[in-house]
Amino acid sequence: MSILKEQEVARPEMDFEKSSKDTGSILCTGLTLTATLLIIAILVVIIGNIAWFGFDKFSWRFITAGLEEQMFDVERAGVLPMILGTTARVFLMTIFVLPVGVITAIYLTEYSPKHSVLTRIIRGAVNNLAGVPSIVFGLFGLGFFINFIGSNVDAIFYPGSDKVIWGKPALLWASLTLAVMTLPVVIVATEEALRAIPSGLREGSLALGATKLQTIARVVMPQAMPGILTGAILAISRAAGEVAPILFTGAAVFVPSLPKALNQEFMDLGYHVWVLTTQSPNVDKTQPLLYATVLTLLILTFSLNLVAVLIRAKIRARMRSVH
Amino acid sequence: MLSNNPSKESVSRRKIITTKDLNLWYGASHALKKISIDISEKLVTAFIGPSGCGKSTLLRCFNRMNDLIDHVRIEGGIEINGHEINRKNINVIELRKRVGMVFQRSNPFPKSIHENIAYGLKLHGLADRTAIEERVESSLRGAALWDEVKDRLNSSALGLSGGQQQRLCIARAIAIKPDILLMDEPASALDPIATSKIEDLILELKREFTIVIVTHNMQQAARISDSTAFFYLGELIEYDVTSKIFTNPSNRQTEDYVTGRFG
Repeated sequence: MSILKEQEVARPEMDFEKSSKDTGSILCTGLTLTATLLIIAILVVIIGNIAWFGFDKFSWRFITAGLEEQMFDVERAGVLPMILGTTARVFLMTIFVLPVGVITAIYLTEYSPKHSVLTRIIRGAVNNLAGVPSIVFGLFGLGFFINFIGSNVDAIFYPGSDKVIWGKPALLWASLTLAVMTLPVVIVATEEALRAIPSGLREGSLALGATKLQTIARVVMPQAMPGILTGAILAISRAAGEVAPILFTGAAVFVPSLPKALNQEFMDLGYHVWVLTTQSPNVDKTQPLLYATVLTLLILTFSLNLVAVLIRAKIRARMRSVH
Repeated sequence: MLSNNPSKESVSRRKIITTKDLNLWYGASHALKKISIDISEKLVTAFIGPSGCGKSTLLRCFNRMNDLIDHVRIEGGIEINGHEINRKNINVIELRKRVGMVFQRSNPFPKSIHENIAYGLKLHGLADRTAIEERVESSLRGAALWDEVKDRLNSSALGLSGGQQQRLCIARAIAIKPDILLMDEPASALDPIATSKIEDLILELKREFTIVIVTHNMQQAARISDSTAFFYLGELIEYDVTSKIFTNPSNRQTEDYVTGRFG
């Protein structure tokens, strides 16, 4: 043990006054603040622009009419069929994509051996699926769901009929195509949610004599629900605005009645934007309609998201209070 | 070097767990080396030894929890109540029902206190609500937790203190009435008062259950166990009546460890 004499170690005076400016910190704060403000500004400009010009024609009548009126008639056009069509296809897509996505994620996280060939194939497929352009999904939907499955269903169940029942663009096929497209999103979000659950919880359940399935169903899944719903929210957001996948699989310029059956075509808000832009006899005159349609689409997407967010918040609140 | 010198009490007791030349590998690492040990019924047996000596690994063999780890190979015999459990086609669910486990870090489910205990009961077929409520109460009493939580059975288990959570895990384990209770360093994450509550609890529990406890706290082993087994680097060095291990061990290594010369 050495005893340091005071003369040997000259320590500087304790002075905690800030002497120099921390330029690095200031620069960093400034840059990140600028970036944040820029993003908010862009968002405000886009939404503001749409809201400003769309508000003119956006009214209760606008969103509840649209069946009989001419869609290019600026005074009397409505978008009710398009709202219902978009909502229906998003809703159906969710019904298809959630079970398949969640089960796949459960398999990948809980069951599959970590480095098996099958696991790597599935992961590779999911990653590649995420990178496919939307229009390719549209073509896939046309080729696989409509031309292959649809026409075979017709051949098996309605032989001899001269009417095409399932082998044509339809609400069902468009929804399935969207489900295939948003599958990676749901799988990844669910996997994240499952991985966030500590393994101690699973061990505790197994040590009580539960099977793996019981552990997953009764302990793991309830915990993962908020994360799974996040995946659903992301899928809904993406799908509500997509037009390319439904181009050949179900969207139509004009359908005389509201979609009542799954094998009917439907009108869609995003598709209607394209219709107003390219099929309108007088593009300048129908521009207010265009803005109003886009505004409706934004509000619809926002509302669908809001519903899912509220469901997720309710589940989170219930998990916290446990009653 | 194995010294197996049971006292009169443990000789008269039935051997409920018996291992015979048990070997375990984690991949290429030889973690348990030819372990042969008998655990007596309704006594507290402590496994002591420095970190990494294999005591937790051995404990987890008794309820086949090592199955959850990749690349584990187990050879040798493990008999529980006369039944060989180290083979392919045993009913692991039934085994884990009869051989319960409490973990080092308490792991209550993020459910209510009542649901935590009811979970195991419902798993094994108990459906009647009154019966479940009775068992929940009796196991909470058995874990010395009833008085503290009886007014908030429906509140989240995660709101309990560390010591209370661990006692809840014990209640959860004993609710399904196992024969054997395996405890893997149950008090190592707790403060001294909570620890002493758990130790008192163990002395009560051994009236009903066989208890095997892994602990790195030698004073704890000396306080609560009837027999103690000392492990080092995967081998069983000495296994004897607790008083003998701590006052007059036969083996030099054991003596060095319990006197604190290494560890």
